[in-house]
Amino acid sequence: MKAGIVVFPGTNRERDMAIALRVVSGRAPKMLWHRETSLPDLDLIVLPGGFSYGDYLRCGAMAAHSPIMREIRKFVSEGGYVLGVCNGFQILTETKILPGALLKNTELRFLSQDCFLRVDNAETPFTAGWQKNDVFRAPLAHGDGNYVADEKTLEQLEGEGRIAFRYVSSAGIACSEDRKSNPNGSVNAIAGIVSADGRVCGMMPHPEDLVDPLMGGEDGRPLFEGLMEAFIR
Amino acid sequence: MSLKQKVADAALAREFGLSDDEYDRVLAIMSRTPSLTELGIFSVMWSEHCSYKSSRKWLRTLPTTAPWVIHGPGENAGVVDIGQGLAAVFKMESHNHPSFIEPYQGAATGVGGILRDVFTMGARPVANLNALRFGSPENSRTRQIVDGVVRGIGGYGNCVGVPTVGGEVNFHSAYDGNPLVNAMTVGVARQDRIFLSAAAGIGNPVVYVGSKTGRDGIHGATMSSAEFDEHALAKRPTVQVGDPFVEKLLIEACLELMATDAIVAIQDMGAAGLTSSSVEMAGKGNVGIELDLDAVPQRESGMTAYEMMLSESQERMLMVLKPECTDLARTIFEKWELDFAVIGHLTDTGRIVVTHKGEIEADIPLAPLADQAPIYDRSIAPLVPPEPVGPVHDPVGLEQSLIKLIGCPDLASRAWVWNQYDSTVGGQTVRRPGRADAAIVRVEDTSIGLALTTDCTPRYCHANPKAGGAQAVAEAWRNITATGATPLAVTDNLNFGNPEKPEVMAQFVAAIEGMGEACRALDFPVVSGNVSLYNQTRNPDESARAILPTPAIGGLGVLADVEKHVGMAMPESGTLLLIGETKGHLGQSLWLREVLGRETGDAPMVDLAAERRNGDFVREQIASGAVLACHDVSDGGILVGVAEMIMAGGHGCELEPPQSGMRPEAFWFGEDQGRYLLAVPGDGQELLSMARARGIALRVLGRIGGDGLTLPSGATISTPRLVAVNDAFFPAWMGVDAFEAARP
Repeated sequence: MKAGIVVFPGTNRERDMAIALRVVSGRAPKMLWHRETSLPDLDLIVLPGGFSYGDYLRCGAMAAHSPIMREIRKFVSEGGYVLGVCNGFQILTETKILPGALLKNTELRFLSQDCFLRVDNAETPFTAGWQKNDVFRAPLAHGDGNYVADEKTLEQLEGEGRIAFRYVSSAGIACSEDRKSNPNGSVNAIAGIVSADGRVCGMMPHPEDLVDPLMGGEDGRPLFEGLMEAFIR
Repeated sequence: MSLKQKVADAALAREFGLSDDEYDRVLAIMSRTPSLTELGIFSVMWSEHCSYKSSRKWLRTLPTTAPWVIHGPGENAGVVDIGQGLAAVFKMESHNHPSFIEPYQGAATGVGGILRDVFTMGARPVANLNALRFGSPENSRTRQIVDGVVRGIGGYGNCVGVPTVGGEVNFHSAYDGNPLVNAMTVGVARQDRIFLSAAAGIGNPVVYVGSKTGRDGIHGATMSSAEFDEHALAKRPTVQVGDPFVEKLLIEACLELMATDAIVAIQDMGAAGLTSSSVEMAGKGNVGIELDLDAVPQRESGMTAYEMMLSESQERMLMVLKPECTDLARTIFEKWELDFAVIGHLTDTGRIVVTHKGEIEADIPLAPLADQAPIYDRSIAPLVPPEPVGPVHDPVGLEQSLIKLIGCPDLASRAWVWNQYDSTVGGQTVRRPGRADAAIVRVEDTSIGLALTTDCTPRYCHANPKAGGAQAVAEAWRNITATGATPLAVTDNLNFGNPEKPEVMAQFVAAIEGMGEACRALDFPVVSGNVSLYNQTRNPDESARAILPTPAIGGLGVLADVEKHVGMAMPESGTLLLIGETKGHLGQSLWLREVLGRETGDAPMVDLAAERRNGDFVREQIASGAVLACHDVSDGGILVGVAEMIMAGGHGCELEPPQSGMRPEAFWFGEDQGRYLLAVPGDGQELLSMARARGIALRVLGRIGGDGLTLPSGATISTPRLVAVNDAFFPAWMGVDAFEAARP
């Protein structure tokens, strides 16, 4: 799997992502500076977590206008695979590559804790490492992870099976009103979605931080293993 | 009259915080009336904050060397050998006064400042910790301060992408008007790429990088060297504003440049900004320095030389570069969209010369500025002996006492605080807050683990500063040991009241004496630190209210093989052992305070020989794989420690009657030192006989297993009840619904 990780000024989880990709795939990803205007030959581009441009405007709003984003749009339109995690998800919604938006957490505080996620669609390359309805643990760390979208978009996402991950209780129950299992208040407890063609995925939690038993578990590994499978050719 | 038109004289010097005697020294050094800028430079360099004039005499008595110490105090941070050619670089620093005036920015810039001290030396920051002391929860302003400080620490640390992995939070009314915010950063560098601050190379360019200079924080160092009064909140303009985004860029740009050979010397612009960085770099290198302020990147127009030299704008660094590398450096900083300006050069004059708009604004000989800085041998009053403990009777019994203790503000779960700090960024956090006695962070791409903690028990230090000083060091050593790591060194953050008061100075001196004894006995030298004095507020009636003496200790230990560590979570089965002698010391215990409402008695003494013996034994046992979990016995005594292990692991324990011959509350809640709780497989008999042979006190406390905590009486407190009581305080007090973080 040939993966590239985009680094914007203020990105800070690129190292975590690089480690996870390397640990699982055995191959170090390429780091891509945000001013690049051409892309190397890649299977997967990752927009990692962090605070691009300090998140001083809206999260991801400045990065959405970085030179590399033009290339990424092209990559997406040509059928390339893109994963956006946390700030990366925010950038994908700011660029409208994925629908919806990420508002401030309902408690208006930064939240850093573990959450449980349920795989609602195991038919995408990002979720193929799991079975449908599998529940796994992942750390989350964000101030703006409260996913919202208009009624029509939600209907579409739900109807087309584009909810990849939902925040759930440890027993696998999703309840958007429950701050214990859905800490940031996301609509329909949505934690991650995919594009209509299933090739772009955005999610708030950080599976890349849970790929090593030493760090408390390997719950995040199936994401990368599933991608590996998809790109073995 | 505006400041610009003012002329330096004794009255203005007093306004700048210099005594008449100190101003006379300035006149003698200059042989003329100093300019306003020169007076500003003298006043900040000779402020308590920068000169350590009250503390230096005593700081010199602390042990600072060991074979594994690479750089002790005197550099931006301490540096110790952690193996495989790597070094840990670490320091703790206070931002107390700014955090009272403007909690968010005060705490945020505290984090930013300590990060710079560490990456200045060539280390990538890998962990942040913080030691926080707040006023009484009943005080109406405390909530607002806690809220701001926690948001500020998170706001800065989360954005720069350095995990906040540990620390402590205490409450006491003595901090009502003066909270303590002590921030610690740990970084990792290659031993052969440590960068120092001594300037060298006559003619070499002096380069300014980072944020632009504004008018913020002017005279901040002087503010933190004076007592607070009722007008403190009017000093907001002296608080700096942080920009963690620029700090992040600065970290990356500096580390990128540090991978080359371009840098001769580097120092961050912290307290007293451009003044202290330039004076210290030139002074340490025994060279002169010339600065052209017209070249300084400025955020506002019309700034004077005085303002620029004293500005404490954040996220700025000063470097001396090899001249042929200037273009390379400029390219790197421009890539990261940071300001880069050559603002001067080194000279052989031994003077600092500052020019602005063609005028010489300051021309000061550096040697006397440093050598003739005042040092005071402040007078010391006899220490007041602590009140006797008084009659002790347990009015409520073990169960009620335990419930009261684990729900009290000082022992309640800090999850509400930690969960606002990103503790996992970097992907190397092995043990997050609350999972082990010390946080454990792996050094990327190695098997090395760092064990990190901050410790101090201010109520002990108040009752008995010497015992309290020793206890703070011993507890840090113990917390590191309890993970299986080898303690290497400490950074200290000495927070005390007004040193001009003999009773405060006496606390300071005694605490250092206790710290020194413990550091020597435990081979745990002090490699960096910070002193924060004048932590007291003036009541409206002019009487002074001092904080509890708080020598916060930041400890660092190392595990050559990070896999061989243990946490504190109670395992599924086995035997719970207690190492160390229990005498039932209730003086200054939390039980006495929370159940009987008294803060009386002497602090518990640390028997340093037993401390060392017990700790070395525990570490050996963990290394040999004989231990499933370990937790030290501290605040609240044995029973609280057992409850904490159960809450961390979800598995229970049945305690046996101790047959100690002492009252139950003394046995279960006494705070004797040098003790550990060990969870071991089987019946623990092997360990018992080994300990007996080594002369180590060890006893069986109970059988591990089942649900909840079963008291010797047979009554069981369920784990969910313990957790609910423990989790309640913060969310209820801060006015949010209790939330549940997934407990792995």
